[in-house]
Amino acid sequence: MESGQRFSLFRYAAPNVFYPLAGRLAPWFAAAAVGFTLIGLYLGFFVAPTDAVQGEVYRVIFIHVPAAWMSMFIYLIMAFWSAIGVVFNTRLSAMMTQALAPTGAMFCFVALWTGALWGRPTWGAYWVWDARLTSQLLLLFLYFGFMALTRAIEDPRRADKAGAILALVGAVNVPIIYFSVKWWNTLHQGASVSLTKAPSMATTMLMAMLVMALASWAYTIAVVLWRVRSLILERERHTDWVGEVLDAKGAQA
Amino acid sequence: MNWQSMSDFWSMGGAGFFVWGSYGVTFALIALELVVVLRRRKQVVHRLQRLRQAMKASARRKEIQE
Amino acid sequence: MLSVFLEVLRRDLLLAWRNRADVLVTLSFFTIVACLFPFGVGAEPNLLRTIAPGVLWVAALLATLLSLHRVFSQDHTDGVLEQLLLSPEPPVLWVLAKVLAHWLTTAVPLVIAAPALALLFDMTQSATGVLILSLLLGTPILSLLGGVGAALTLGLRGGGMLLALLVLPLFVPILIFGAGAVDAYLSGTGANAHLMLLGGGSLAALALAPWACAAALRIAVE
Repeated sequence: MESGQRFSLFRYAAPNVFYPLAGRLAPWFAAAAVGFTLIGLYLGFFVAPTDAVQGEVYRVIFIHVPAAWMSMFIYLIMAFWSAIGVVFNTRLSAMMTQALAPTGAMFCFVALWTGALWGRPTWGAYWVWDARLTSQLLLLFLYFGFMALTRAIEDPRRADKAGAILALVGAVNVPIIYFSVKWWNTLHQGASVSLTKAPSMATTMLMAMLVMALASWAYTIAVVLWRVRSLILERERHTDWVGEVLDAKGAQA
Repeated sequence: MNWQSMSDFWSMGGAGFFVWGSYGVTFALIALELVVVLRRRKQVVHRLQRLRQAMKASARRKEIQE
Repeated sequence: MLSVFLEVLRRDLLLAWRNRADVLVTLSFFTIVACLFPFGVGAEPNLLRTIAPGVLWVAALLATLLSLHRVFSQDHTDGVLEQLLLSPEPPVLWVLAKVLAHWLTTAVPLVIAAPALALLFDMTQSATGVLILSLLLGTPILSLLGGVGAALTLGLRGGGMLLALLVLPLFVPILIFGAGAVDAYLSGTGANAHLMLLGGGSLAALALAPWACAAALRIAVE
C-alpha cells in the first residue's frame, strides 16, 4: 500500500498490521470491562441508596441506560466507519462495521427487555408506545436489516459496500424516525405515559450508571476486536501473512 | 448497607423478578455472544488451517510428480 | 443530459403500459388489504372512520413495497442496467427517471383509487381531500427510499422479504405524518404542518436518494 506510508494512522488500516494489534488490545479491554462491571455492580447494589419513589426496582437503570446509550452509539460508529469506507475505500472499515452490528443489536434488545421489566412495576405496563421505546424498537429493525443484507450477499466486496450505503441511509433516518415518533406520541397523549421526566438521581446512582456505561464501552471494544479478527482471517486467507499466522498457531497446538 | 440479609438482597424489596430478570437476561446474552464469537474464531482458524495443509500437500505432490 | 432522463422515462412508461396488468394487480392488492380491516375489527362506522387514514396509508405502503422490485429487476436481468451504467451520462438522471416512472405507475393509481376506498370507510369529502394531498406529497418518498432498497437487494435470493425489512422501518415517519395529516385536520388543528413536513421530506429524499440509489446500483452490477 503506497498510501499507507503517508499517514501513520492509515498504517493501522492495513489488516496485517491491525490483526496483531487487535489481538494484543482485546484482553485489556475485556479485563477493563470485568473490572468496571464489578465496581459498577458494587456501587449500584451496595452503595446507591433505595430510590424514594420507585423503591429497589430502579436498579435496572444501571444496565438499561448504558445499553440504550450503547445501542445508539454503536449505530453512529457503524455509520462513521461506513463513511470512512466509502471515502477512503479501506477494507478494514467495512469489517469493523460488520463486527459492530451484532453487539449493537444485542444492546438494543437488552435496552428493550430491561425497559419492559422496569416499566411493568413502575408504570404498570410492559410496553407503552412511548417515543423512546418505539424508536428503540425501530433501531433494532435497522440492525436486523443491516445484518440480513450483509449476510444475504455472497460476494464480500459487494456486501461491504451495500452495507455501508444502508448504514449511512439508516443513520440519516435515525433522527427523523426519533422526531417523527416523538411528534406522533405527543399527538396521541391518551395512549401513553410520559417517560421523559427524569427521576432526580443521587450522585452515587449517577456514578454507578456511568461506571456501567464505561464497562459496556470496554466490553463492546473487546468483543468487536475479537470478532473482527475472525473476519480478517477469513477475508485475507489467501495472503502470506495469514498463512504465517496459521502456521504459528499450528505449531503452538 | 442496603441489605439486612441474603434473602433481603434477592427479594429486592419485592421487585426481585424484574431486577434479576433484567440482569439475568443481560448477562446471559453477553455470555452467549462471547461463546458465539470465540467458537466462530476457533472454527475459522481450524478450517483455514486444514485448507492450508491441503494446499501444501497438493503442492508437494506436484513437486514429486515433476 | 435531459434527453437521457426523458428517454428512460418514456421507455419505462411504455414497458409499464405493455404490462399494464401489473398496475391492476397492485391496485387490487391495495383495495383488498384495506378491505380486510373491517372484517378484522368490525364494521362499526365510527371506528372505521377513525382508523381509515391509518389503514389506507398502511395499505398504500404495502402496495408500494410489493411493486418496488419492478423498478430495476427487469433491467438487471436483460442487461440494460449495465449498459446504462457504462454510458457516460450521470446515473442520477436516469435513476431519477426510473423512480419517477415507478411513482407514476404505482403511486398515482393508488391516489386515484383512494377516494373510492375512503367512501367504504365513510370518510368525509374534505378529509378525503386531505388524505389525497398527503398521499401525493408522501408517496414520492416511498418510491425514492424504496428505490434505494430495491437497488441494494437487486438479484439477491429472498430479496422480497429482505427489502421489506430494510425499508419498512424507514417508512414509519412517512406513515406517521401521512395518516397524522388527516387526523390533525379532523381534530381541528389543521394539516398544514404535516403536509409541509411531507413535502419537505419529499424534497430532501429527491436531493439525496438518487445518489445512494446510483451507488447501490453500481455495486450490484459490478
